[in-house]
Amino acid sequence: MKNFLKYREIWLLAGIVVLIGLISTRFPGFADLANLRQVFNDTSILMILALGQMVVILTRSIDLSMASNLCFTGMVVAMLNAAHPAIPIPVLIAIALFVGLVLGAINGFLVWRLNIPSIVVTLGTLTIYRGATFVVSGGAWVNADQMSPGFINFQRAAFLGLPVLSWIALAVIALFFLVMTRTAIGRSIHAIGVNPTASVYAGIDVGRTKFIVFCISGMIGGLAGYLWVSRYVIASVEVANGYELNIIAACVIGGISIAGGIGSVGGAVLGALFLGIISNALPVINISPFWQMAISGSAIILAVVLNARGERRQGRIILRKAEAA
Amino acid sequence: MSDTPAPRHIPDRLDKPLSSAIFSWEALLVVIAVLIFAVNSFASPYFLDPWSLSDLTFNFTEKGLIALAMALLIISGEIDLSVAAIVALASTMMGMAVQAGAGTPVLVLIGIVVGLGCGAFNGLLVTRLGLPSIVVTIGTMSLFRGIAFIILGDQAYKGYPESFAFFGQGYVWWVFSFELALFLVAALIYWFVLHRTSFGRKVFAIGNNPVACQFSGVRVGRIKFILFCLTGLMSGIASVLITSRLGSTRPSIAQGYELEAITMVVLGGVSILGGAGSILGVVLAAFIMGLVTFGLGLLNVPGIVMSIFIGLLLIIVIALPIVWRRLREGRFA
Repeated sequence: MKNFLKYREIWLLAGIVVLIGLISTRFPGFADLANLRQVFNDTSILMILALGQMVVILTRSIDLSMASNLCFTGMVVAMLNAAHPAIPIPVLIAIALFVGLVLGAINGFLVWRLNIPSIVVTLGTLTIYRGATFVVSGGAWVNADQMSPGFINFQRAAFLGLPVLSWIALAVIALFFLVMTRTAIGRSIHAIGVNPTASVYAGIDVGRTKFIVFCISGMIGGLAGYLWVSRYVIASVEVANGYELNIIAACVIGGISIAGGIGSVGGAVLGALFLGIISNALPVINISPFWQMAISGSAIILAVVLNARGERRQGRIILRKAEAA
Repeated sequence: MSDTPAPRHIPDRLDKPLSSAIFSWEALLVVIAVLIFAVNSFASPYFLDPWSLSDLTFNFTEKGLIALAMALLIISGEIDLSVAAIVALASTMMGMAVQAGAGTPVLVLIGIVVGLGCGAFNGLLVTRLGLPSIVVTIGTMSLFRGIAFIILGDQAYKGYPESFAFFGQGYVWWVFSFELALFLVAALIYWFVLHRTSFGRKVFAIGNNPVACQFSGVRVGRIKFILFCLTGLMSGIASVLITSRLGSTRPSIAQGYELEAITMVVLGGVSILGGAGSILGVVLAAFIMGLVTFGLGLLNVPGIVMSIFIGLLLIIVIALPIVWRRLREGRFA
């Protein structure tokens, strides 16, 4: 039992249950299964993105370009769909994954081959990818009436009681769980974050592993691009503007250490759910949505303070050069 | 025991051969600036007009003021992502004061004090609790701007007094705006502090090895705290300028400025890993970013496309020396 309580995720889960309980006192219907399912579905995209960001942060890197990647890929598939409605949805999803992968690989290549700190690389690609969205679209929007019904309805279709979007999120969670706990690459990702120098001696190619995590976060960004555009039925240059910080916030609340090496799939999912519950709850308990930003900001600060008590090690490692070369 | 005798004389600064100045980062930035300047003046006949050059400076002075303090912070190995949110919060507080009938001196004071307070809050969290600054300031970024949103919602504050307009719209002499003059004076002060005082030396030392600094008797925590306060202060000053220039406050004011200020700092040759950089580089980078955005603006290139150039510039300028070194090493190896 004592070991059990040591897990950060348990405390976060408890926090979420208390939060839902508090909301239920003001709005009794919130804890209903149907509503919770809705909250899960609403948070699916953030959960997927947080998992992609998690593997990057675990290696002491950061990907600020995920939201821009999402925006660009979403625009590309939406334009493809508008121009060629005949392309089947699975092919579009494959295209989204591929475009995202390419954008992620560019980040990864610059980090791996040129040794530029990831925060600088992705700060640059953050503006480049969003600008590129403007270039491919000419600043135009892709609206609901230009998208095919299949494009819009695919993720809304119910399957065994849940929308496809929720199933996609569950599948991604399961996949990440398997990769992080049952494969060599998952182990390497953790190892690099804990101690890059020791990882080199253990035979891990640190640079290549970093390249791979950026490819992963890129593919996730691409997948989220399709999901976002078909969910909100609009593709524009403004899509997910500033969302990169929400993704990182979900990771931080989920107990993923920005210093690398500490974090779990469960943490990322719960961190995203925490933010999702807050944004879903504010309207129903009659708090102005303008409060949301300050509340999630306070949650982030609180989460870092609590996590730091458990870690007690020097911060700022994200800005330190990985000793490996 | 090593064979080399201890040096009898340790110079305060190493002799710099002329070649190191020619191949320095700042020289590269000057070349880029001159190139962009030349291209701009060929591309648009309106570019070389003194008044349009003066307009150009408004593109970077506010962000540049923040970037000066941010440079010191990044050199010390920390970062502050909340600067734009501080601008928004300070502007909102000034807006509230205007509704209460405050005059110009009070407004300026409020802007500066709010900025300083926010910076001190960041500094306390980072230095007292030992938290990583990148996460803390992502949190306070949401918190500060969130408070502005709570206060303002989708409203806007207007009705700033006429005398308040001077800070963002006034001219000191001929085409030299108050903003530009303030930026240059601040740059001089920051240059002096960073490159000519023991405080500046400590900032570099902390960025290179905070633990060794601690053991050498440098108050690492206190200096970092001061740097966070300075960054907040400069954000407060920038907030006064922006609010005065726009004449209104919305909670979304200065959105995205934090990334632009950091881009300026990194483009200016400050190592994002801490421990290296110069104020001259940051000032040059500020001018370059102003030149690029303004030149492209004259050519009717939309703002979002300009950001591609800024992003590319950032990556290319960082990558170039690395690629060049690799090529040279490859050839002579």
